[in-house]
Amino acid sequence: MNNGLGQPQTVVLLGGTSEIGLAIVDQLISGALQRIVLACRNTESGERAVAQIRAKHPSITVEVVAFDGADTAGHRAVIDQIAAQAGDLDVVIVAYALLGDGSNLNDAAAAVEVAHVNYTGTVSALLAVGDRLRAQGHGAIVLLSSVAGERVRKQNPVYGSTKAGIDAFAQGYGDALADDGVHMLIVRPGFVHTKMTEGMDAAPLATTPDAVAKATVAGLRNKRRMVWAPGPLRFVFSVLRHVPGPVWRRLPLG
Amino acid sequence: MPAQSLHGWGSTNPTVADVRDLTSARLASVLSAVGPRGALVRGLGRSYGDAAQNSGGLVLRLADTVHGVVLDPDAGTATVPAGVSLDDLLRLIVPHGFFVPVTPGTRFVTVGGAIASDVHGKNHHLDGTFGSHVRSMRLVMADGRQVTIGPDHDPQLFWATVGGIGLTGAIVEATIGLIPISSSRMRVDTSRHDNIDELMAAMADGDDGYRYSVAWLDPLATGASLGRSVLTRGDHASAEELSGRARRDPLAYAAAQRAVLPALVPSPGLINRASVTAFNELWFRKAPRRRVGELQSIPAFFHPLDAIGRWNRVYGRRGMIQFQFVVPFGAGDVVRTVVQRLAEHGTPSFLSVLKRFGAANPAPLSFPAPGWTLAIDVPAAAPGLAELLYSFDDLILDAGGRHYFAKDAHTVPESIRRGYQRLAEWQQIRQRVDPDGVWQSDMSRRLQLSAKSATDHR
Repeated sequence: MNNGLGQPQTVVLLGGTSEIGLAIVDQLISGALQRIVLACRNTESGERAVAQIRAKHPSITVEVVAFDGADTAGHRAVIDQIAAQAGDLDVVIVAYALLGDGSNLNDAAAAVEVAHVNYTGTVSALLAVGDRLRAQGHGAIVLLSSVAGERVRKQNPVYGSTKAGIDAFAQGYGDALADDGVHMLIVRPGFVHTKMTEGMDAAPLATTPDAVAKATVAGLRNKRRMVWAPGPLRFVFSVLRHVPGPVWRRLPLG
Repeated sequence: MPAQSLHGWGSTNPTVADVRDLTSARLASVLSAVGPRGALVRGLGRSYGDAAQNSGGLVLRLADTVHGVVLDPDAGTATVPAGVSLDDLLRLIVPHGFFVPVTPGTRFVTVGGAIASDVHGKNHHLDGTFGSHVRSMRLVMADGRQVTIGPDHDPQLFWATVGGIGLTGAIVEATIGLIPISSSRMRVDTSRHDNIDELMAAMADGDDGYRYSVAWLDPLATGASLGRSVLTRGDHASAEELSGRARRDPLAYAAAQRAVLPALVPSPGLINRASVTAFNELWFRKAPRRRVGELQSIPAFFHPLDAIGRWNRVYGRRGMIQFQFVVPFGAGDVVRTVVQRLAEHGTPSFLSVLKRFGAANPAPLSFPAPGWTLAIDVPAAAPGLAELLYSFDDLILDAGGRHYFAKDAHTVPESIRRGYQRLAEWQQIRQRVDPDGVWQSDMSRRLQLSAKSATDHR
């Protein structure tokens, strides 16, 4: 249960090693937080993240659960297992995604894998989480989307299109859940300096996981539907959205 | 399912439940519909936090009417369906020369809720809590059976239900002792005090000479004016004290609501440092330095905020936290420190209320205990509020104090375990009468009140 200050007691991170996801978890830590569940495919690196949180916050129960974004058939069982252990899930952050190698558009199998994990697998996970929160009559879902889906670039059309798709799904699904007390927050970060983007040229208005996390937590407290990080990207993209196709294609966007 | 979003009077944490309106007579019949999230009876939703919410489960509202009340003037008691409000009850009994044994700062609470939260009023130092005046009550148990309990009839379950926040069963009817009165007026003495030390000395000195006593503090005053306050104390006036028109009908009672605050208050609310400072200043200046024997109506003396419906809306969309604690008389410095830190922090806060509690009753989860109790309203969105409140919690618990369930929206399970040392005893009784956890609430989950830990699955 959240308390009256908007502080959760239980936080679940799907994509338990996501840097942005972990930064959001960190921002949600308070005197009220009792349990953190990191659900990830690579439980070894999950355990490293657990150790780091435990060292800083010994009173919080932190655990790792095996979770594979691609294994849609197993999603419901994982969510049920987490809930059986943890009780009510106050905030569930859905943060896993594959970036893929955007330049290699000849590798259809790799593209399908990105599409499957980022879209199909995320729809499946969101539905499992949404059902659980709906049954408990409260809770928030944070979906990490991306500005890459707002207007898809030629440099990474597979990734961009999955984000466009999952962002749109989450908008509609969030509306469907609202009357049942579930809050869907869609977070659209711009370029974030993380291990996923290491070595890439930073885009304008690049940001950090901490900044995205702070904006996300403010969005949770204020019951926003959508958060851009940093905020001004919203206005940048309201222009970019209308740039004529031939111009957009030639823009030097990394 | 008739899903409906519910929140407490603080409007902080809405959750959705399957809400049913029904009479107490029909209550047992819906218990078959209880699922894994359990059921809870909700009164008028005046508790500030999540005590009357049950997300994902059943919430039952008792549509009882005042016609079901049986007044026994010879015994000085009333037998009241649990869903009847003190507002309705007062309209019925005052003209007959009776007053409720205890009233909180609002009359818009149900009798069932008043027992479940074991509410107190300005007369606690002499008369104790509402629950102390319950002669007997009927309780619908988790298995649908109905039992009659009282201080001498299954006293264990009776006292676990008094202050039991609805988690031992559904109170459907109660017989309560009333206060005989010969007029509907209060004889009130008012005095203004320039700081908290002066106030506490005056209260310790003179409270016992009055049936009712409460002080309102300006939570923003600092320095030499820290805790400047207005102390009002009074007694029921006798018919002989009235004059003129009032004397011809000494038990006349009218309780009007003058206005209702609309839902259109802008989202940050109307509460900010400037507006609240101005309000507190005005309120302090307007009070007389000393006035004796003023006659006031019952609503003016007991329920001044009830004159404005939905006054909680001034706090805007994020709502407010009301924070109330008690510390033993020896720990008066904790009250002083809390008032000081709050004033220094600059959180815009309306009037705080300070009161001296008398003896505790036998209920394990009843809040009042001998000592000082302070209640503060703060906007939930105030920056740095969480850290401030948690720092207060440490002071309060270290001093042997505790928090009030009916107000609470922020404490953690550990604070409740420390503050309510008889929690385990209460949990055993609950386990006896509700082994499957039929009665649940958002508060019981948040504060892990049921013995079966956080999950509470059936």
